[in-house]
Amino acid sequence: MSFFLRRAVFYVFTAWAAITLNFVIPRLLPGDPVTALIGRMQGRIDSGAEQSLRVLFGLDQDMSLWQQYVEYWRLLLHGDLGLSFTHFPTPVSDIVAQALPWTVGLVGISTVVAFLLGTAVGTGIGWRRGTWADSLLPITTFFSAVPYFWLGLIAIAVFAVNLGWFPSSGSYDRGMVPTLSWEFVGSVVYYGTLPALTVVISSVSGWVLGMRNMMVTVSSEDYVTVAHAKGLSSRAVVVGYAARNAILPQVSSFTLALGFVVGGTLVMEMVFSYQGIGYTLFEAVTTHDYPLMQGCFLVITLSVLVANLVADFAYAALDPRTRQEG
Amino acid sequence: MTGPVLEIRDLRVDYGFGDDPTHVLRGVDLTLHRGEVLGLAGESGCGKSTLAYAATRLLPPPGLITGGEVWLTDREGNRNDILGLTDAQLRAARWRDVAIVFQGAMSSLNPVFRIGRQLTDGIRAHRPGLSARDLEARAAELLEMVGISADRLRAYPHQLSGGMRQRVMIAMALALEPQVLLMDEPTTALDVVMQRQILEQIMELRDRLGFSVVLITHDVSLLVEVADRIAIMYAGEIVEEATAADVYRRPRHPYAHGLLGSFPPLHGPRRELAGIPGSPPDLQRLAAGCPFAPRCPHAMDVCQQVRPVLGPPRTGEARRVACHLHGADLPGDVAFPAELAR
Repeated sequence: MSFFLRRAVFYVFTAWAAITLNFVIPRLLPGDPVTALIGRMQGRIDSGAEQSLRVLFGLDQDMSLWQQYVEYWRLLLHGDLGLSFTHFPTPVSDIVAQALPWTVGLVGISTVVAFLLGTAVGTGIGWRRGTWADSLLPITTFFSAVPYFWLGLIAIAVFAVNLGWFPSSGSYDRGMVPTLSWEFVGSVVYYGTLPALTVVISSVSGWVLGMRNMMVTVSSEDYVTVAHAKGLSSRAVVVGYAARNAILPQVSSFTLALGFVVGGTLVMEMVFSYQGIGYTLFEAVTTHDYPLMQGCFLVITLSVLVANLVADFAYAALDPRTRQEG
Repeated sequence: MTGPVLEIRDLRVDYGFGDDPTHVLRGVDLTLHRGEVLGLAGESGCGKSTLAYAATRLLPPPGLITGGEVWLTDREGNRNDILGLTDAQLRAARWRDVAIVFQGAMSSLNPVFRIGRQLTDGIRAHRPGLSARDLEARAAELLEMVGISADRLRAYPHQLSGGMRQRVMIAMALALEPQVLLMDEPTTALDVVMQRQILEQIMELRDRLGFSVVLITHDVSLLVEVADRIAIMYAGEIVEEATAADVYRRPRHPYAHGLLGSFPPLHGPRRELAGIPGSPPDLQRLAAGCPFAPRCPHAMDVCQQVRPVLGPPRTGEARRVACHLHGADLPGDVAFPAELAR
């Protein structure tokens, strides 16, 4: 039990460090949000409003850095991440909360699908090494070498522009009102198919290669031979002995990949103009929307942390050797 | 202690496919009798382990069985060629009739399953009707049999010492009370004290349960103590086969003599240790004659040209040796080496 406790303490500490960095870094930047906002609005804001903006952003109070830090935590714990400049005056938390489900839904599901598919195929190819199955490997190597954005652009050019099978951008039919109806869900699935497919195709090969190589390594382990010698069915040998051990490194890379779902989808969401967290971050960066950037970074950091936490616990559940006692 | 239980006939194994494979086993004949401990000794790379793997069809690629038969007589007295069984028959026969303990005590257990599960999954595969409670009781009984307390059933392999792991392997091998136990250097990774404990335990279990043992090792002194019969392998064939006492006191093959001369005797006068000159042959470039001829102190002209056949020596003793010195047509002008005629 102390293993889980120690890991938990470690993650709480890391989360604290990440959140504190998120507090410190913007304060090291030159200028202040009000000047930035007035500059962005290019005269559409009355200079008389400057004072009220200062009050709004809390810049009128002369707080020490420590007081600011305490205030930052208080607001954070209430879910208040400040107001976005670009979508003024929408709270950052609203924008993030709106974007996050799209990213988690699309990229999360495609990552899981790619992992399951790749691991299953890799198990098969690895188990039947030295047969025709090995000829599939160059194909997977090709797809793992293709840059993602290029694959996305080709997919749009072929399936959206030339064939017209799928829409080239967006996440659902703009003519619809988001509700929980079959029609709307169907539209979401329809719009999500092409981006999801490209994510799966570009990432599945990594899982295939990883699993295949581990299967080949593990298959020559003595305990696999022992399992054969015991007269277990080949299914039991593959699943319980070979794949069960070969999957361990896969699991740790999978949970890391889950952490990158939120942060690493920037390119995909840009290529497909998909309204997820990556696209939001991209917008925030191009428009110097610091509060929004800060909010995005916070979400990305926390999701990587959560994924790592899940990885640790999953690994401990799968591999008894990592559960050191005492 | 009657009748053969495992008969290996002219077993041939190649490594590598294509036009130029390496012949690793070159027609091995070996018989294991019921209740007997047969020792198999030889240098590294002479094919001892390959023999064990091939006889159970566990040979990993690129190993390929190119010929021969492995006849197994089961409890009902039916003789079956293991090499001719279908996959399902083979699976059923494995562990029930022939169990194996491998070299690596450290790596023979699946690191992610508890000992208890690994002890029972083999039993369950062969006797699907048993309840979970029966399986666990049997696993506990097996562990106690090799001197490990039953509460270790819930331990993972990494929580056990090397000696305990090897004993778990032995318990596992005996789970279905097999007739033949193949042991491929079962004690290499262990210290001498543990080695002795484990071997004594195996011998005691054999007396109790009555299985036959093939003990593969390069440690001839160990075999002399525990084996009933010893077969000496060289370059993928058996060069001498006799009772343990005969091999130890009266080796007939020059190689067996050299092998015995390379470790110190425990009793009797001290003598100079003598190694075998030269190095093990390259199996890809074996000459036509006796494979040991280049290293043999007594090599004759005929040794360079004709491969000797394993058979009874000229003296008519009940043993087999593959050497021209003991052949019927030994030229009269050759001085027979005294140390091979004791």
